[in-house]
Amino acid sequence: MTIHKHTLDNGLTVVLKESRRAPVTTFWVWYRVGSRDEVPGITGIAHWAEHMLFKGSEAFPKGEIDTQIARNGGAMNGFTWLDFTTFFETLPSDRIDLSLHIEADRMVNALFDPQEIEPERTVIISERQGAENSPTFLLGEEVVGAAFRVHPYHHDTIGDMCDLETISHDDLWRHYQTHYGPNNAVAVAVGDFEAAEMLTRIRDRFGPIPARSKPRPVNRPEPPQRGERRVRLEGPGSTAYLQAGYRAPAATDPDFFPMLVATSILTGASGMNLFAPGPPNRSSRLYKALVETGLAAGISGSLPAMLDPFLYDVTVTVRTGRTLDEVEAVLDAEIDRIAHEPIAGQELHTAIKQAKAQFAYSAESVTNQGFWLGYSSVVANTSWFESFLDRLCAVTVDDVGRVAEAYLVRRNRTVGHYVPQGA
Amino acid sequence: MTASYPSPETIARTELPNGITLLVSENHDSPAVVLSGYLWAGSLGEAPGQAGLANLTAAMLLRGTEARSFGEINQALESVGAQLGFHGGVHTAGFGGKALAEDLDLLLAILADCLRRPIFPSDETEKLQGQILTDLQRREHDTRRMADLTFNALLYPDHPYGRSVQGYKDTVSGLGRDDAANFYRRCYSPQGMIIVLVGAVQAGAALDKVQAALGDWRTPGVTPIRMGIASPAPLTETRSQAVIVEGKTQADVMLGWLGMTRTDPDYMKASLANNILGVFGMMGRLGDDLRDRQGLAYYVYSRLEAGLGAGPWAAVAGVNPANIQRTIDGIRGEVRRLRQEPVSADDLANSQLFLTGSLPLRLETNEGVAGTLLDMERYGLGLDYLQRYAGLVNAVTIQDVQEMSLKYLDPDVYVLAVAGPTPEAGQS
Repeated sequence: MTIHKHTLDNGLTVVLKESRRAPVTTFWVWYRVGSRDEVPGITGIAHWAEHMLFKGSEAFPKGEIDTQIARNGGAMNGFTWLDFTTFFETLPSDRIDLSLHIEADRMVNALFDPQEIEPERTVIISERQGAENSPTFLLGEEVVGAAFRVHPYHHDTIGDMCDLETISHDDLWRHYQTHYGPNNAVAVAVGDFEAAEMLTRIRDRFGPIPARSKPRPVNRPEPPQRGERRVRLEGPGSTAYLQAGYRAPAATDPDFFPMLVATSILTGASGMNLFAPGPPNRSSRLYKALVETGLAAGISGSLPAMLDPFLYDVTVTVRTGRTLDEVEAVLDAEIDRIAHEPIAGQELHTAIKQAKAQFAYSAESVTNQGFWLGYSSVVANTSWFESFLDRLCAVTVDDVGRVAEAYLVRRNRTVGHYVPQGA
Repeated sequence: MTASYPSPETIARTELPNGITLLVSENHDSPAVVLSGYLWAGSLGEAPGQAGLANLTAAMLLRGTEARSFGEINQALESVGAQLGFHGGVHTAGFGGKALAEDLDLLLAILADCLRRPIFPSDETEKLQGQILTDLQRREHDTRRMADLTFNALLYPDHPYGRSVQGYKDTVSGLGRDDAANFYRRCYSPQGMIIVLVGAVQAGAALDKVQAALGDWRTPGVTPIRMGIASPAPLTETRSQAVIVEGKTQADVMLGWLGMTRTDPDYMKASLANNILGVFGMMGRLGDDLRDRQGLAYYVYSRLEAGLGAGPWAAVAGVNPANIQRTIDGIRGEVRRLRQEPVSADDLANSQLFLTGSLPLRLETNEGVAGTLLDMERYGLGLDYLQRYAGLVNAVTIQDVQEMSLKYLDPDVYVLAVAGPTPEAGQS
């Protein structure tokens, strides 16, 4: 796969990949700003600002982006997470100029109309309240909050309710003026085009946008963890959940890839399809130990690739009639086993083959490819993505043992229990 | 552009002597293959007191065969990054999977093994039942799923569509391995079964492989449940029910009507009306009014589900409990407007452009193509459906849209289900 990378004079990073499989093209703009850049008082502002970029500019009045993309047969969306804010359109290839126009326009011309702030406040509060209906959201928020005392990963991207009630138009405008600039962004196109021609079109649209002064990052690294942290959450329902978050290496840490193998053995391969559930994990160690034995109704795990050290997260749905303590005892035994006994060569081989298959499935969609190229540009760089499978293949049994022993230990984790209060 | 869509020239369709129909669409751009299909073994074949049996039976197929244990099946599939699953439906039991093309033989071998030689081990049945029961317990505390369950029960009283395919706690807990084994013996047959393969496989080779795996499967004496389904009694007055789900911060509202079958001549006209009402752009007119203008909901949309029987046509919204009435009024207001005022030529053209123009995106992945081929076969749309599709969409008129809303969407007679905390729990 040939990936073309350029930097425009104004600092915009451009990443291009030709893919002729279908007559469609995806175009993404990634901003290096997420909820990691928020401080108390304005938590949730990165996500809210993302919403405001759908609320109109002079060139694309409110509703016009949705209408134009839909009537051209496209799909579009925006996402905000801890490390990034991103927008994309996927269109039939002969229409992709529309996407370039929209994204270049809203990089600088979004109106942030004061009239639109209050209706959007209630939409975002509704989004948060919808999430609060889910016990696993409530538990995740507590576990991550306890795992990070200092680093702004502490708070969820949706933001705390008190801040959603008080963030002002001026706060949002300041966020936009500070973080949305070409020198803080990555533009990615994947699809049915000539790379040189696409670069010219992107330069035409984005080149005239002046660079902004670089925002000062929120730099609050999390101090080392000195012992297990525990949270107990009570809430509605009749199903108990356990979540364990182990402090984990960042994407660019050499330990990341061995850790990915360890987690793949424990909780299954990671999916690479943005819009589909992850692959089944029924041959994973924790499925066998917890679900096969009838203690749990399901397990899942994730090790997201992040800018700063984050968490390897294991979530267990406790089966009706079984207890959180029973589940935790078995989880502990399995974690101890991977930390103290070498994995089998076959397990390593399987983890690699699974990742290869997921890569192949993911490559069917230009939208997925655009996501991964942009995502890796933000949390690491494009060569991190290009060399992903090679680096996974280079992992040895000893590497896995070393990182398991270093990271998968009790003093390095936060355990959460969701204790249902219903009948 | 339409030349590149799967067409009668590129879709290989073969009927095997034992009643299986195979559809293959080749795509050699990626080294993977998607498998999808169904058999006529849905919940229509279960007694109401055994709700959940068809679903349990389908899920049990993977849980042990004469040749392989559940663990061995998982190991074999996952060690090569492949996947396979079975799921219950009302009319059919479906299956779906994928693999790297080099592992297609393995995927088909396991599919055939599960379909032909399942053994329904008692211990695995008990485990799966426990997982399903835990899920049903979660459903009771999930406002979205409770609104959906309640809505269907109200719209389809004494009708198979009104029953949960997953079943209920009391029906599922009463089932056992013998029930599943008997259901299997009674309903599973290659007669009428559909298999779709899309990806890096030659059509001829695919046929040989499927023939080898399933061509000699015969089930004498088994008559698959392939029956038509009567529509329920029409709505003559509003039916509504509120379900209290304590401790939640948001309520889910579902308001709707009885729609039509997928083969009904009304279907395409109603699809356009639905697109304008609650899909186009950011959720159509419902999104413009309830989300964008009033700021009531993060999600509010409408959906038209047309299948072998008449499905529901409904609006769905997640809102603060204090705003339930405003939401209901807002949905009814938009429906009233759709009936009273002809939509503008622009509105109709926009939705037509969206439906025809988004086809390349929908057909981008092997999974997208497989799902489309499955629908084409299930509803007898014809192998040239994708070539005819734009013509069908563009034939819909402004009058058609208004007629559909007058015929199906009565703002004064509807079904309403609300699931959430008591309204006092909300805050404006």
